[in-house]
Amino acid sequence: MFIAAAIAIIIAMALILIRGILGPTIYDRILAVNLFGTKAMLLIAVLGFLDGRPEFLDIALVYALINFIATIAIMKFWGVTDISQPSKSDPLGDI
Amino acid sequence: MAGFLDVVILVLMSVTAFSILRSRNLFGVVILSGIFSLLAASFYVLLAAVDVAFTEASVGAGISTLLMLATLAITHQKKEKQHINNPIMPIIVVLVTGAALVYGTLDMPLYGDINAPSNQYLIQRFIEQSGAEIGIPNIVTSILASYRGYDTLGETFVIFTAAIGVLTLLGRGRTGNKAEVKQISSLETDGEKE
Repeated sequence: MFIAAAIAIIIAMALILIRGILGPTIYDRILAVNLFGTKAMLLIAVLGFLDGRPEFLDIALVYALINFIATIAIMKFWGVTDISQPSKSDPLGDI
Repeated sequence: MAGFLDVVILVLMSVTAFSILRSRNLFGVVILSGIFSLLAASFYVLLAAVDVAFTEASVGAGISTLLMLATLAITHQKKEKQHINNPIMPIIVVLVTGAALVYGTLDMPLYGDINAPSNQYLIQRFIEQSGAEIGIPNIVTSILASYRGYDTLGETFVIFTAAIGVLTLLGRGRTGNKAEVKQISSLETDGEKE
């Protein structure tokens, strides 16, 4: 069961990576890095159970905190600088 | 299963690295380098180096992403395409340097070699005596905090100095001459419109 979960998480990671590479707008990329942090956390938790060392679960929890803080900081940074304003006419932004 | 996961994560890491190389969108590059750090952290967990993975996630994915974003805010976001006239010479230099490095590793003892000096004396001593000498049950912790205490102290100094330098560089752009920075960035966006 843990092996199936690990494979599913790896496939999700690959899909998120494709979206992060292709992502036409900035929102795709922010979501990609946020989701990738979540998937890394889940992978660490699953790996802990695969190896029979479930104490990795604590580390996965701390990862969740770091990921949350990083995403909030990116969004806050986004709000206070003027790179959020598109320089061309596209309302989705040009980045 | 672990070997399969190793291969998959390494493939994902190389895909990310090549897209970082090919991309001209600097915000995308920052995000991709954050993803690369998270992949590296997962890989370190696979190698059972959880402390290294933790440092990689907090420094690589957390702090350095923010520092690069702050740098992007005071510079501009597109990299101009560079034309390298003669790519043969750099490739030759890289290949020769790589061959010299590989040649240098031939003299090193094999991985896990029982006759290697580090496996004969040091590891045995650490395993047998570090608990009694230092009083810390974790061998890695006692090596880092006591046997290599001055080394760790020096690393802390280096990181502290680097943090002061980065904060000085980034802080000046923000608080110093705001009007000038705005003027430069608006000039750059005008240049990009063409």
